[in-house]
Amino acid sequence: MSRWFSRNLIRIYMVLGFTYLFIPVAYTFAFSFNDAGRSNLVWKGFTLKNWQNPCGAPDICTALGNSLKIGIISTAIATILGTLIAFAIGRYNFKGRSSTNLLIFLPMATPEIVLGASLLTMFLNLGINPGLTTIIIAHVMFCISFVVVTVKARIASLDPRLEQAAMDLYANEFETFRRVTLPLVAPGIAGAALLAFSLSFDDFIITNFNSGTVATFPKFVYTAATRGIPAQANVIGSAMFFIALFVVIAGQLFNRKRRVKI
Amino acid sequence: MAIFRTTATKFKSPVNRKSLFPYLLLAPGLLYLAIFFLAPIATLGQMSTKTKNSDGVTYSQVFRFQNYIDAFLQSKEQFARSFLYGLLATILALAIAYPLAYGIAFKAGRFKNVLLVLIVAPFFTSFLLRTIAWKQILGEEGPVIKVFRALHIIGPTTSLTASAFAVVTGLTYNFLPFMTLPLYASLERIDPRTLEASGDLYANGFTTFRKVTVPLSMPGVVAGTLLTFIPAAGDYINAAILGNPDTKMLGNVIDARFFRIVDYPTAAALSFTLMAAILILVTIYIRRAGTEELV
Repeated sequence: MSRWFSRNLIRIYMVLGFTYLFIPVAYTFAFSFNDAGRSNLVWKGFTLKNWQNPCGAPDICTALGNSLKIGIISTAIATILGTLIAFAIGRYNFKGRSSTNLLIFLPMATPEIVLGASLLTMFLNLGINPGLTTIIIAHVMFCISFVVVTVKARIASLDPRLEQAAMDLYANEFETFRRVTLPLVAPGIAGAALLAFSLSFDDFIITNFNSGTVATFPKFVYTAATRGIPAQANVIGSAMFFIALFVVIAGQLFNRKRRVKI
Repeated sequence: MAIFRTTATKFKSPVNRKSLFPYLLLAPGLLYLAIFFLAPIATLGQMSTKTKNSDGVTYSQVFRFQNYIDAFLQSKEQFARSFLYGLLATILALAIAYPLAYGIAFKAGRFKNVLLVLIVAPFFTSFLLRTIAWKQILGEEGPVIKVFRALHIIGPTTSLTASAFAVVTGLTYNFLPFMTLPLYASLERIDPRTLEASGDLYANGFTTFRKVTVPLSMPGVVAGTLLTFIPAAGDYINAAILGNPDTKMLGNVIDARFFRIVDYPTAAALSFTLMAAILILVTIYIRRAGTEELV
């Protein structure tokens, strides 16, 4: 018994660890079926009506729509800007390389509240009213660094011989980039975009500082928390969980298939 | 940062030559960061030494550095608490994440990718909803308090919510993936032959772990602890949802100064102090740990 135990200690630990990770998610999911009424903190009985009518709570779908819009626009901008920087750092030697790295690292090492407060101070100084645009500006700012780090890692892991082979076969620089480098880096870019979207979609602190009266989904949840969160918030949170999980798993399967083809 | 796998070998790429091209690639992104990251930080610095005019709306620059001392003295408790809670959450997260990352790297076999996705998956449910779920888990109706009471760890009237315990629990949970992923990345990079070599030299499992695995995973430990500590020390959501007035962190004070008291100079001075303190700690830590590859 004790030998079995010590041999499987790490497995037992992993089961416990993952249970710990998923208990709050399970709670969120379970309470999406709660016949809650105004406040969704105590279990009152099973119902499907929250799932049948996810927009049932006032303003919740406006907030969700804003979050999706902000997420998509900021992800697109941050992915483009970040990927360009990643290629410059990963592929070229240039003066000012280490200060560039530092400038990329600093936003990640700055607490969110400082990022949010500093942007808001600047907007107020310039007389700009916070709203949808300022939220997008803020989200692009904190997503860029994460895109750079993710794409840079992918570029660094490429086998340089593949590009050399393309050049040996008389492909010019542009063709090599388009036919060899870009397809190889693409999974990294896709991963970075997914990361940027999830960071943007889930951000509360920086958004709260720079949103004015515009509500995003996390802001809706936070504001609702004081007077009781509607169960529809749990429906949307759970749905996002399953959608994201599906996207990630589909991406992995697609990648595996592609690898077999290459 | 060494969050992700990077190979150390720098090679001469076929398109590697001196030109303006890399600057063209860098320009849009770096310009963006200059305008929307560096300039705001500078604005915050300016604001931190201003005072409010008698009209109560505008501010004048008077280079009043006393703002910093005032702000610090008013909220030194919250300041200390931010660092204490951040540190506790980081240590707990390391203790929870290390075996998890170790198991995924060495014992998961073909389930490696699935388990990695599962580490990140809780992220997809809103951060706020998960924090509120902890309020329910630790609450009077939840399972934890019943177990704790049955084991006489806490008395029948003590509650777990609205406490420092709940805040640290929430912080530990919320930033756990930031700890697990870098740890996994550095553990996964360890050549299994070094572990075999250690065994061949008569080291037992524990000695191998202590003398080979742990030192080789240090870059991951450094990256993970930083990525956990920085957001945890700056957080105020966990303290707002799971805490009570005696567990307020510096973030709560900054938030209140900005939105309720509308005292921008103090809020700016506090933000600047928090940022400076974290950057100084990070620098010392990186020097001590001796990993320069982090940035």
